[in-house]
Amino acid sequence: MKRFAALFTAIDQTTKTNAKVAALAAYFRDAPDDDKLWTIALFSGRRPRRAVTTTRLREWAAERAGIPLWLFEESYPIVGDLAETIALVLPAPTATHDDSLTTWIMRLRALDTADDSARMAAVLDAWDQMLPTERMVFNKLLTGGFRVGISRKLMTRALAQATGRDEAELAHRLMGDWTPDSTSFHDLIESPDSTAQASRPYPFCLAHGLDDTPDTLGPPTDWLAEWKWDGIRGQVIVRQGTHFVWSRGEELMTDRFPEFADAAEILPDGTVLDGELLAFDGSAPLPFNALQKRIGRKTVPKTLLTEAPVILMAYDLLEDNGQDLRHLPFATRRARLDTMLANLPAEAPIRASQPLTFTDWSDLANQRADARTHRAEGVMLKHKDSPYHAGRKKGDWWKWKLDPLTLDAVMIYAQQGHGRRANLFTDFTFAVWDGNDLVPFTKAYSGLTDAEFRQITAWVRKNTLQRFGPVRQVRPEHVFEIAFEGIAPSPRHKSGVALRFPRMKRWRHDKPVAEANTLQDLRDMLAQFG
Amino acid sequence: MVLEFTPQGIYCPAGDFFIDPWRPVDRALITHGHADHARPGHQRYLATDLAAPVMRHRLGDIALETIAYGESRKIGDARVSFHPAGHVPGSAQIRLEVSGEIWVVSGDYKTEADRLSTPFEPLRCHGFVTESTFGLPVFNWPRENQVAAEINAWWADNAAQGVFSLLGAYALGKAQRVLSLLDPDIAPILTHGAVENTNAVLRGQGLQLPDTIQVTPDTQARDYPGALIIAPPGALNSTWARRFRPASTGFASGWMRLRGVRRRRAADRGFVISGHADWAGLNMAIRETGAENIYVTHGYTDIFKRWLTSQGYNAKVVPTEFTGETLDEAASE
Repeated sequence: MKRFAALFTAIDQTTKTNAKVAALAAYFRDAPDDDKLWTIALFSGRRPRRAVTTTRLREWAAERAGIPLWLFEESYPIVGDLAETIALVLPAPTATHDDSLTTWIMRLRALDTADDSARMAAVLDAWDQMLPTERMVFNKLLTGGFRVGISRKLMTRALAQATGRDEAELAHRLMGDWTPDSTSFHDLIESPDSTAQASRPYPFCLAHGLDDTPDTLGPPTDWLAEWKWDGIRGQVIVRQGTHFVWSRGEELMTDRFPEFADAAEILPDGTVLDGELLAFDGSAPLPFNALQKRIGRKTVPKTLLTEAPVILMAYDLLEDNGQDLRHLPFATRRARLDTMLANLPAEAPIRASQPLTFTDWSDLANQRADARTHRAEGVMLKHKDSPYHAGRKKGDWWKWKLDPLTLDAVMIYAQQGHGRRANLFTDFTFAVWDGNDLVPFTKAYSGLTDAEFRQITAWVRKNTLQRFGPVRQVRPEHVFEIAFEGIAPSPRHKSGVALRFPRMKRWRHDKPVAEANTLQDLRDMLAQFG
Repeated sequence: MVLEFTPQGIYCPAGDFFIDPWRPVDRALITHGHADHARPGHQRYLATDLAAPVMRHRLGDIALETIAYGESRKIGDARVSFHPAGHVPGSAQIRLEVSGEIWVVSGDYKTEADRLSTPFEPLRCHGFVTESTFGLPVFNWPRENQVAAEINAWWADNAAQGVFSLLGAYALGKAQRVLSLLDPDIAPILTHGAVENTNAVLRGQGLQLPDTIQVTPDTQARDYPGALIIAPPGALNSTWARRFRPASTGFASGWMRLRGVRRRRAADRGFVISGHADWAGLNMAIRETGAENIYVTHGYTDIFKRWLTSQGYNAKVVPTEFTGETLDEAASE
């Protein structure tokens, strides 16, 4: 635990990426194997099940600190991190320990079956032998959220440095549904790869955004274009007679999409398809919110299956006949994909994303302008010679998105952020006019600079009209341009609409509140783009 | 009432004077020289002899009378004395006695002793006016020796790797406190002009600080390998600091106790050093006054008042224009 806490401190104490990676690589060289395995698991979002509720943790911490619970609760939003707040209020430890990360995680997991008083005793005992940083790390293990400024990509790079293995190969090894219980450091990282799990997906190849026109990309004939679909990126895998559906977030979603139940019959064994999971009405995609209804559900009711059937709009073939094709040129993979899918029955839930034919870049630009009517977000450009990269590599794949929809709205509520944004007001609710009333229609958290967040925070403090817990109602005085990717009807929202990926595009200092958009404007947008 | 809380500032009717007023008044008693307490424009000033040089440096030619710690003086019907507050050199709590009733205005204070300021002196009183800059149970300061060891280890490590150490600290008080903790054998110590000006004033009144070299337009960074450079926080991300590369950046403030705040400042390291009392210090100071009536001025006032009320005090929040230790560039701490 001390080694892991020291790693946490080293990562936390620098803003330089190279120094973070070096600290992590040093850890991967020295730490015992089971600790390394758990560290990889934690930094790739695999954490032990939460054994204690945060409510109980707050109560225990306040009691041990000798402060009333309300005072703890007042302190928490100011610190912005629960694990840290607990670590800061507790009195100094009276004991020491020398147990490893894995030992503590095992202890923590044993709490799963313990009763409340045994849990409390174990947690208080742990706190009493840990230094503040260890406590914070321990609390993060207890509460779940383990974000420490190390992305999975940086972790993979550090692991590559420490083991001398290829980064892309390691990225592949770390994919899938392994847990520290189902594997060992040796099996996961070092063993010859023949034992790879049947379910393991490939690291997704990601595109960069194209800010300008594609004129700088060279001859249009070097490129294949297709719609940029607005669904969930996913891989459908058929191996060893069974199938798996993975999301880009590396969530195994096989059970959520029963549409693919016969994938192992209609696709040859040893196939991996990359594409977009879309709700599809037989001829065209449905709006994203139809798919959204499906995502949250582990079991899907029949009505929803008929209302929002899902398909894979496939655009790449990563594995054919058990062979990894990722090194082949995209045009070749694409041709093999078409051959494979040509044999599928018409009602199969797998379709090939059709290439867009275009003569020159301006022709493609014209087609792109029409993307919304095809329920697409824009156009994808992929170089015909490009291999399937692991991760985001600039140059071969581009997404050329439509400009977002925008609306000018009035800020009416503000709330403080968490973590790095603690103590700053960063979470806002925006409204449009309905006659003389302001109707809230969206929240937004991102898009302003740190300086603007500081400025608006000072303003919010002086212009609070009313408080509802952590939420402050503010004087309706500031107009912001809100950008979003899509709009859909929603009975759950007062305004009747839900926006896709709303953010603050600009602070409209120049715009008086009276000139913000209206609910009618919003409804018109819904009619046109919903 | 011995004191009234008016729109001009804290007012003593018996003596017809204000304490740390924020609007121009005839007679101002000043607890210490920070800008939110010692403002320009008053007709007459009274401060400790130890605070006077910094006030003259900041406010220029003012009508300033001085008083020693513990010396008692009668102003109108009020008996007045100044006592150490431990915040910065010369900082004072002001004790007032009117018809046998005793009140203390503590200004900004810190209960733990440091290596520069006269240590805080607890005072018995009936009414105590307190700040609450760090009035939350998450603020508990590490021992000064521990922070000194952290800073010196960071600096030595940087120096060994040929990296400069850029440390942000406010020019008056914090910078000198940091200087008092440094091990001058590690490498040279350079200062920003704003810091060096205050150093000169404080050295002039006899305070011992390690040798420093002021950075000028002619300063060549390569002449001072491994140096630690102390500058006001605002200078850290300016072109001024760019000559010192590569550098690790640090920031000294009580706010560095919070990880989120440190990360937002994008400093590599945060050192927890404050001229203000921590949670335990505030509570101890208030307890030791024996006062029943507590007036909370600046900081986490509402929360701290509620806490004091739950502890049996008769606590009130009084609005002031003091800012305490802030992270904003405009503020003076």
